[in-house]
Amino acid sequence: MKELLSGNEAIARGAWEAGVKVAAGYPGTPSTEILENLVRFKPDVYCEWAPNEKVALEVAAGAALTGVRTLVTMKHVGLNVAADPLMTLSYIGIVGGMVVVVADDPGMHSSQTEQDTRQYARLAKVPVIEPGRAREAIPFVKHAFEISEKYRCPVILRSTTGVSHSRALAETGPRMVSGAAEFKANPPQFVPIPLWGRKLRVKVEERIAAQAEEAAASPLNRVLQGDGSGTFGIISSGLTALHCRDLFPEADILKLGWSWPFPDALLNTFAAGHRRIAVIEEADPILEEHVKSLGISCDGKNVVPRTGELTPLRLAEVRSKLLGVPFQPPAPPPEDLPGRPPILCAGCPHRGIFYALSRFDVIVTGDIGCYSLGVFPPLSRTDVILCMGGGFSMSQGMVKAGEKRPVVGIVGDSTFFHSGITGLLDIVYNRGNSTLVVVDNRTTAMTGHQDHPGTGMTLMGEPTASASIEKIAAACGMKRIRVVDPYKLDEVMEAFREELAVAEPSLIISRAPCLLKERRPVGAVLKIDTDRCRNCKACLKLGCPAIESAGGEKPSISHQLCAGCGLCGQVCRFGAIGE
Amino acid sequence: MWKGGSVIIKNIILVGVGGQGILLAARIVAAAAVRAGFDVTTNEIHGMAQRGGSVTAQIRYGEEVYSPLILEGTADVLGALEAVEALRYASSLRPGALAVVSRQAIIPVTVSSGQAKYPEDIGDRLQVTFQRLKYLDCTGLAEEKFGNGRVANLILLGALSNGLDLPGEAWHGAIGECVKPCFVELNRNAFEYGRTL
Repeated sequence: MKELLSGNEAIARGAWEAGVKVAAGYPGTPSTEILENLVRFKPDVYCEWAPNEKVALEVAAGAALTGVRTLVTMKHVGLNVAADPLMTLSYIGIVGGMVVVVADDPGMHSSQTEQDTRQYARLAKVPVIEPGRAREAIPFVKHAFEISEKYRCPVILRSTTGVSHSRALAETGPRMVSGAAEFKANPPQFVPIPLWGRKLRVKVEERIAAQAEEAAASPLNRVLQGDGSGTFGIISSGLTALHCRDLFPEADILKLGWSWPFPDALLNTFAAGHRRIAVIEEADPILEEHVKSLGISCDGKNVVPRTGELTPLRLAEVRSKLLGVPFQPPAPPPEDLPGRPPILCAGCPHRGIFYALSRFDVIVTGDIGCYSLGVFPPLSRTDVILCMGGGFSMSQGMVKAGEKRPVVGIVGDSTFFHSGITGLLDIVYNRGNSTLVVVDNRTTAMTGHQDHPGTGMTLMGEPTASASIEKIAAACGMKRIRVVDPYKLDEVMEAFREELAVAEPSLIISRAPCLLKERRPVGAVLKIDTDRCRNCKACLKLGCPAIESAGGEKPSISHQLCAGCGLCGQVCRFGAIGE
Repeated sequence: MWKGGSVIIKNIILVGVGGQGILLAARIVAAAAVRAGFDVTTNEIHGMAQRGGSVTAQIRYGEEVYSPLILEGTADVLGALEAVEALRYASSLRPGALAVVSRQAIIPVTVSSGQAKYPEDIGDRLQVTFQRLKYLDCTGLAEEKFGNGRVANLILLGALSNGLDLPGEAWHGAIGECVKPCFVELNRNAFEYGRTL
């Protein structure tokens, strides 16, 4: 049967059809929907949101050692967190097939870096499989499990935003029968103490050579014939290869679906059959450098951009450079159009915290989540963002360096459980002086409201223990802990005044649920009394999308957008805002 | 029309602001094209759309479609639920292609906070920019004719369907597939009304 599926839906479908028993991950755009779709197949598949990607990969590794098939999902930066277990798992290997789905984000649509996961495949010495669209994702996932089991190693399935979030017609099938879990002890294989680890290390290299040979004949790597004379050949992979099919109708395209270990024999044959070769790949010149190392002369990053997503438009420019055909770039959008940057929603509980912080002379070390939007004007209240959990730890470094201004570290609730706890522990243990804030909106909001250890609900939809942020902080030795209602500005201001003044670390938990998840307003919709309004624009400093003002006129509140949070009423000095 | 290989592909781009119903409209176009027997791809950019950002959806259909993304200057129709967004994506269209634009203006925070201005002469600029323009008050018409502003997207889709070659029964089937059962009739009526505009 054919269905119109997104790449992420197809990866989930492929995992179910492949007989996967255990799946784990941490939400991250563009990977999140994979587990959300896979869990629909419960109880065939056990799925969980782990506190972070490292834990997810370790959970899957344990399950794979019992002989069942497992899936792990994360975004590209998640693999940085999960890199440690992946490196060693490559040595000790698995028994049941294990596929690590990593979704890269070329163009950085919703990410802080543009890293190329194929680099990790080489570092961890594990195969990388790259479907170009949903239609390929289902068979490619199944194939990845076969490779994983044949060579007893995890396999990376690399997606990109364009693959994960595009839909295509895909052929679906039944689920394969999978066996029961049974762990069989084998210490020389599973315990990489140096004595045994050195032997495993040698086997890894032997495995790579065998994989390169198999990849050269694999149906995952295929040539899309062009309608030209066959003199021009393009080597590419994933979605980029499909764009190339549209833009270079005269070229034969070697589309690599199993792109590492490099299929040398295939690359040599393809190059020998064409007078001219171009390697067109998104992100790093990994294929290109290898093709050149084989003695094949080719075009590549001399004409292909190194950064950003390779869209059809950018490839049209590449085509122009390669073939000398004219290229007429489209007119850019008019410069005077107002931008529409993402902003905190009307009624967002984070707004009260950032607005209050704008009243103090402090440094704010922020983190990854909706609250990174606190950096935008008019709130402009985030000074640096590094990575998940970095919002806490970086503040400690600034304090210990002797920075004169107070430092406030902010993380979200899901981020606190992901990797904020260790930063807090460091600050308490090493006698820091940061003011820490957990903006606790009771969900993983930015990625679309996933549960986490604090929500009391699992991905399987079962009620569970709800981890307490304040008790964890107390157990770490934090003495000053207070919970505030972010919709009460006076309360928030007082908390900051007191905690910024003390000479020891403190934790402020801002607790109110995400409005988008609750799907109900905080209070009654508010109006601005135009007679009382003096057009002082104080309410506009909240950066609330419900408060509209065009051309310097007195602001008005959109009855469609207003969530009745009441912050604007609290900042208005003329009593002009009410129900 | 953009030729992928030797096959003719139809390219549709829908734009608006998070929450306006662009993604539902895109799903309906795609489902209608599947029902008409075509190979179909879609792509959505909505990373942080619920938080007030631009939303774009692209649909391509034909005998076989490879890339899900439309090359600028080759789209056959553009549907915009917000006027500034129509201007922003105007270069997607091939010369002479149909643009259906709703009059609704959603004021971004960049305007409210004084960093930017919302164009006052937007209607004139749309007329100059698009060779074939339908400039409709979709939200107003949805409220007036159906008592429900939310079906503005289906009115837009109806008007836009006149620029495509998909049969009426494919559209109706697609609406039945993509919309909650209790809203199917309302949405079909809004779609049919849009076709008359």
